[in-house]
Amino acid sequence: MSADKTQIAIIGGGPGGYVAAFRAADLGLDVTLIDLDENPGGVCLYRGCIPSKALLHVAKLLNEAREASAWGVTFGEPKIDLDQLRAYKDRVVAKMTGGLGQLSKARKITYVRGRARFTGPQTLKIDLHGGGEQQLSFDHAVLATGSRPIVLPAFDIASERIMDSTGALELPDVPERLLIVGGGIIGLELGQVYCALGSAVSVVEMTDGLIPPGDRDLVKVLAKRLESQFAGIHLSTKVTGVTDSGSGIDVTWEPTGGGDSSTHTFDRILLSIGRRPNTEDLGLETTGVQLTQRGFVEVDLQRRTAEPSIFAIGDVIGSALAHTASHEGIVAAEVMAGQRSAFEPNAIPSVVYTDPELAWCGLTEKDAEAQGRTIKVARFPWAASGRATTQDRSDGVTKLIVDPETERILGVGIAGPGAGELIAEGVLAVEMAALVRDVALCIHPHPTLSETMMEAAEAYHGLSPHITAPRRK
Amino acid sequence: MAELKLPDLGENIEAGEVINVLVAVGDSLVEDQPVIELETDKAVIEVPSSLSGTVTKVLIAKGEQAQVGQVLFLVDAGDKAADSTTAVVAAVIPEAPAASPDVTPEPQPIPVPVAGPAATGGPVDVHLPELGEGIHSGDVVDILVSVGDSVEEEQGLVELEIDKGVVEMPAPSAGVITAIHVQKGDRASIGQLIVTLDAISVASSPAATTVAASPTPTPAAAPATASTAAPTPVQTPPVSAGNRPANHEASTRPVPAAPSVRRLAREIGVEVSSVQGTGPGGRISEADVKGHSKSLHENRGPHAAISATPLPDFSKWGDIEREPFSNVRRITAQRLTASWSTIPHVTQFDQCDVTELEAWRKDFGKQVEKAGAKLTPTAIILKVAAAALRKFPQFNASIDMAGEEIIYKKYCHIGVAVDTKRGLLVPVIRDVDRKSITEISIELGEVAEKTRTGKIAIDDMQGGSFTVSNLGGIGGTAFTPIVNAPEVAILGVARGSTQPVYVDGQLQPRMIMPLSLSYDHRVIDGADGARFLRYICQGLESPYLLAFGG
Repeated sequence: MSADKTQIAIIGGGPGGYVAAFRAADLGLDVTLIDLDENPGGVCLYRGCIPSKALLHVAKLLNEAREASAWGVTFGEPKIDLDQLRAYKDRVVAKMTGGLGQLSKARKITYVRGRARFTGPQTLKIDLHGGGEQQLSFDHAVLATGSRPIVLPAFDIASERIMDSTGALELPDVPERLLIVGGGIIGLELGQVYCALGSAVSVVEMTDGLIPPGDRDLVKVLAKRLESQFAGIHLSTKVTGVTDSGSGIDVTWEPTGGGDSSTHTFDRILLSIGRRPNTEDLGLETTGVQLTQRGFVEVDLQRRTAEPSIFAIGDVIGSALAHTASHEGIVAAEVMAGQRSAFEPNAIPSVVYTDPELAWCGLTEKDAEAQGRTIKVARFPWAASGRATTQDRSDGVTKLIVDPETERILGVGIAGPGAGELIAEGVLAVEMAALVRDVALCIHPHPTLSETMMEAAEAYHGLSPHITAPRRK
Repeated sequence: MAELKLPDLGENIEAGEVINVLVAVGDSLVEDQPVIELETDKAVIEVPSSLSGTVTKVLIAKGEQAQVGQVLFLVDAGDKAADSTTAVVAAVIPEAPAASPDVTPEPQPIPVPVAGPAATGGPVDVHLPELGEGIHSGDVVDILVSVGDSVEEEQGLVELEIDKGVVEMPAPSAGVITAIHVQKGDRASIGQLIVTLDAISVASSPAATTVAASPTPTPAAAPATASTAAPTPVQTPPVSAGNRPANHEASTRPVPAAPSVRRLAREIGVEVSSVQGTGPGGRISEADVKGHSKSLHENRGPHAAISATPLPDFSKWGDIEREPFSNVRRITAQRLTASWSTIPHVTQFDQCDVTELEAWRKDFGKQVEKAGAKLTPTAIILKVAAAALRKFPQFNASIDMAGEEIIYKKYCHIGVAVDTKRGLLVPVIRDVDRKSITEISIELGEVAEKTRTGKIAIDDMQGGSFTVSNLGGIGGTAFTPIVNAPEVAILGVARGSTQPVYVDGQLQPRMIMPLSLSYDHRVIDGADGARFLRYICQGLESPYLLAFGG
């Protein structure tokens, strides 16, 4: 057992923790980064964003190959070697996480593989991966322990047929019939992967719509495509029973509003109803760290917890997005280095990496309605976009949510292939407090999907060249 | 423990105004890390630390002037401290018991910083601590120790007049005084070295020691009566809690400023949502933030309230003598100028027949005397004023022009102007409405005595919601008091005299007392002013009503 000292201890090497570590090191602080995995990366790189995007890339290729027959190009049925596909995904993960390991070393960050627990406001005990334990005292710590999938009691039946997102990314097989429980981002992304690989995919969702936080006009674009891809989408439906019959898994569900229940048989279930923060078994009770009523770690704008020496970022405080966690990591690192930083974005982008993608940032129509705030919305349908038409994908839409008083852009929403890339311009517009006219006056390259931003801005004043709309004064 | 001083800034810069203190007690410092933002004649600069370690004491506050060479922070540099000059001196001193070096004083009451290696004994530099925002210095009114004296921990070292209070600065630990760096009459600035002592025994933690305001309450004596025209409040805002911004809710309307502009605002301590943007759609530019910051500093300048009009050379016409402002005089001048120039004053006059009141006072006064106090007209006027404030809440209020709101106070604390050798002071009697006349009389006697002898604490001069200024003991037929902002009204009492008055058709000699009520016409209408004053007069004319509350 050894006792060591570090200026900054970062617990959790995900996109929050490793970015905090890298920034703190770049600001001249002595940093120890602690994680269970071999390299930094966390859920995002090992079991989340990155592997799922590798698989979605393949799914997109499969879909386009099938659709190509409409353009006069016909491929044979694809042959899918699941082991090779898995190996490709694993190579992507290994490459990215290995790279992070290198970057961490290059910054002289001490990387400790193990599980850390607080033993006081400025001390940790680490159960080392290779056995043994280490005491570590620190000036400041960052809690970046992330989250894990929620398991509903009904599904807690120790059946190999029930997977969470981590299990699904392991590609155990391509089940003939797959049920997605939870029509949120993770479920639909993986649902489309399995659908493209050949599964008959069904979704049950308790609320009355897919992707609950998204604006309905955007979700509608995705839902329309999913309806033609998936075997069934069951909204306002709750699962009441699950049994593994040996040859399959029987799922009973009923409408949330009341009605007859029915039982359906699947080969696998993907449970994706949400994630819960990892706050247990961290020794938080030996510190002043407080949790909110919903179980997240309570922090201030600087991401400092109630214990002044401890910061917390990412999923553990409910941020739930890798890029938000990274930004919070930067804020925390800067504050620890004595800078007057705070987490104060005006636009956090959300992206659903399905096909079509959905993306939004800043104010949504839903938010505006909830706040009782007057807005005007300018929409540009992709049917009027040359580039979308060349891709035979004219189902998208780009919209600007505008403060009518100042004509400032408060939010942007996009549905369509590539929406996740396009939203970055929306983030910039909202953060820079751009007016509709600013975007309209920026020359956008032709022919691209990015033109839809400019045209939506022009459409606000009824001046888009490619759509006709009632003119505003 | 090492001192972090303001380094040479080059370009003939000798001082600057501290715009921001970037580190707080307990923060880790690394060399070259910015510790303060300083506005010099040329630019705003970040001053980097020349040391690494932990900040144990902040000796400079936002808004203060910092001179090159001035000690800004005390830093626990860990082992490296062995190299510092202080530590070298310490090495000569025989060993002393170890104590916790963890000096983390609470912001209030006034903490005294401990410089020097308290952990090992040896010389301890005692600097004038931060005393609150806007307080830059204090006048040394007395030195209570001499070189060679042994002092106990907490024993008073010097007496300082700060704003309108006199405070004692206690020894942070027991020891022998080795040097006194100030003289009686000096003005000591925050952070200035006051005394050095050899810590001979520091077995207990030297953490937060507090400045005792007034050691012995004086028993009841002559009651407060007269004072000069208008009193002024003394406000000591809480000591800044370091650089942690408040965790306020994000406003529903996101501020129209680019991220870089928002960051700049945070760094220079400007609340970006309060900046008026000049760009399209109200967009806030970097220039808008800087302009806003500049205007804040200009408005906040310590001497902004006193306009310096050019003076002729008076010595042309005869001998003159110049005397620097005392703290009391400076604050009085600032506060009254601000009140006079911002509050639209109206003064309402009235007079009341206190013949019966006087008879009652003599009678009831005996009872009060038994309780050890003297029943004065002021005590009775306070009681009546409290009743009037309950009936007319707009007089027990303050005005928030920025928020366009009136703040009504649910308490009734009344300031009483007291004439002292140091100038006009206004101690506050709390909860007058809930005290009997006997209780008020006792408290008034004590407070007036404490005030005259300079033993009144700053706290006891804050929080008033109305003021009474009684000049009747001196004379005069009427006067126009100046409202004691942020209060909205003040009652002036002039000398009562026997006047011929028709009572029920008969001419009678009656005791008539003239009253003057000045009020803030922004919140109080003329008719209400007249009603309020009439109500007070009626209260004084019907003393039997008071008997129930006596």
